Amino acid sequence: MPKIEIKNVYKIFGHSPSKVLPMVREGATKEEVLEKTGHTVGLDNVSISIQEGETFVCMGLSGSGKSTLIRHINRLIDPTAGEVLVEGTNVMDLDQKNLIKFRRHKMSMVFQRFGLFPHKTVIENIGYGLEVQGIKLEERNKTSMEKIEAVGLIGFEHQYPNQLSGGMQQRVGLARALATNTDIMLMDEAFSALDPIIRSDMQKQLIDLQAELKKTIVFISHDLDESLKLGDHIGILNHGRIVQIGSPIDIIMKPADDYVAAFVKDVNRAKVIKAKIIMLTPEQFKSKKEKNSNTIKVNEDSFLDEFLPQVCLTPATVEVVDKSGNIKGYITEKELSKALTKSQADILTKSKTNVGQ
Amino acid sequence: MKKYKTYLKLFIYSVIFIFVIIISYRSARPRYKPEHFTDIFNDFSWLVNWPKWLDFPLMQPLNSGFDWLIVNYGMFFEGINNFLLGLYTTMKNFLVGLPWPLVIALVIFITYFASGRKASTTILVAFCTFFLGFLSPRYWDKCIMTVCIVLIGMLLCITIGIPVGIAMARNKKVRNALLPILDLMQTIPSFCYLIPGILLFGLGAVPAIIAIFVYAVPPLIRLTDLGIRLVDKEVVEASEAFGASKKQTLWGVQIPLALPNIMQGINQCTMMSLAMVVIASMIGTRGIGDEVLLGLQQLNVGMATEAGIAIVLLAIIFDRITQSYGERLQERTQKKKEIEEHA
Repeated sequence: MPKIEIKNVYKIFGHSPSKVLPMVREGATKEEVLEKTGHTVGLDNVSISIQEGETFVCMGLSGSGKSTLIRHINRLIDPTAGEVLVEGTNVMDLDQKNLIKFRRHKMSMVFQRFGLFPHKTVIENIGYGLEVQGIKLEERNKTSMEKIEAVGLIGFEHQYPNQLSGGMQQRVGLARALATNTDIMLMDEAFSALDPIIRSDMQKQLIDLQAELKKTIVFISHDLDESLKLGDHIGILNHGRIVQIGSPIDIIMKPADDYVAAFVKDVNRAKVIKAKIIMLTPEQFKSKKEKNSNTIKVNEDSFLDEFLPQVCLTPATVEVVDKSGNIKGYITEKELSKALTKSQADILTKSKTNVGQ
Repeated sequence: MKKYKTYLKLFIYSVIFIFVIIISYRSARPRYKPEHFTDIFNDFSWLVNWPKWLDFPLMQPLNSGFDWLIVNYGMFFEGINNFLLGLYTTMKNFLVGLPWPLVIALVIFITYFASGRKASTTILVAFCTFFLGFLSPRYWDKCIMTVCIVLIGMLLCITIGIPVGIAMARNKKVRNALLPILDLMQTIPSFCYLIPGILLFGLGAVPAIIAIFVYAVPPLIRLTDLGIRLVDKEVVEASEAFGASKKQTLWGVQIPLALPNIMQGINQCTMMSLAMVVIASMIGTRGIGDEVLLGLQQLNVGMATEAGIAIVLLAIIFDRITQSYGERLQERTQKKKEIEEHA
């Protein structure tokens, strides 16, 4: 069972959304609906399922409905139609009391502009989720201190948020989300407001934390590099519609339409494609007989840009090995050049089979 | 669809308008009317000067309604009267009974702690308080009366105004319903409610307190409403996302963050109360406003000015205390800003 399942969700903003719904169902575009009825379509038949322990990145430009989508999961916004299932329970069936319980124990959220309470200190901010649950101050502070340590903010616990830099503030936001120890974390453009260097620091920190905690993360982003870096799966939204859902490789190698293609146009493929995706199996390799005298060994999970410079300097055949050193396949210059040039149909088919593993 | 609605509205409005005109025609005295209503369409001289029959009868129903209110709910108003008067008298007697140096000491004590131990504000307020009596010994007791009325008015404003402001911020319907009432309260001339005030509560302090409430509560309600709505949406969302109930969000996040605005509202409210208490001297409210009125009646410029200065001093005292208390609440954010600017 998927951890989070969003089924045919529609969200229409305006005076009488239910009246406009049939029109949207029949496939009217966002512009048409706006012109004819004055209603704004936020989400248009969105269906997503997110597995436990994965990071799902929802990507799109501003106005594509991604922030609206994430707010449906903890019901900060009610859908016009459709179902949102979290661990099998429909969020729409919860009454006020159960909804509060659900928000307290099932999921936490990190916000784009941090959403910190300016009148509370760092430690009070981090403990807020526990405070509303009615947990005692001592216990709260103990948990908060652990999280402060986890995000590397020791020494700042009695500062106010405005005394911290943007990156530090978002660390507080992250620690606050971690403090309630929920399975699901919703991150609404969590790193978009940070400068590039701090952003990549935070991304790394999130990846490290995730490797340890194995939470289910729904991450919203408008930055493709970030999405590729963090996401196990990526869903691309355009005008409230899901255009494509797939693994990072799928998105890059097989864009579903022009919109996605425009998105991935400038991506550095060498940073995204892993060795195991383009390698030839030993059988395929033998039949080709292009063996180069030099060989280098790389791990199957390493990205192309990690060994590309080496191959360029001294032409060599790349042997792809798994963790224990067994040879899984080979990469020749031909595969490399194919992978790095655009629209390679054969890599696509290959990548699909490999990603499935 | 939309056009149909506008036509419907137009139709309803014109029906109401015609109905109102018919009422005014029917209720006009016969001698003001032409002999037969068809004459209106023969003789158009009524288009030159406003005809006497075109007069909506509002005064009579208002008067009879007011009489009905006094007859049927007199007890209710008397209850309010007794309560407020009792409060006022006890407070006044206590402060008047206190030796004046003790009152000054009390003011200093309050200012010192309200302003967060700021020496400059405390000294300023202490001097102002001293000068009230120093200007003219008569003023001391009168200022105390004025202060008591203002404080009770403020108390009424705060206990009613802040909850109403919160309700307005949280519910759009409540806001839409209350905004025109607030507009009415702010635009209606104060004498229009001072006179019914006398009829309902008699002369003296109580109608002044009621007048203060009507006059000074709108800015407090508006600023409370605004303050709560201005709290960063994402911060409120964050609170909700972590499972805070509405009550927890209100008390833990919205009110603390709206507090600077609410304090501004209370400050405004004090200043307006003080202005009203002077006007209220015209309906026999005792206090420092008396002296201004007396100076006015006797064409005694010196007397009126002297009393005017005393009122300004009172205003400074109230303003400094509430303002410095508000600043102290805000201090946190301001300190932060300073640090940011230096960094």
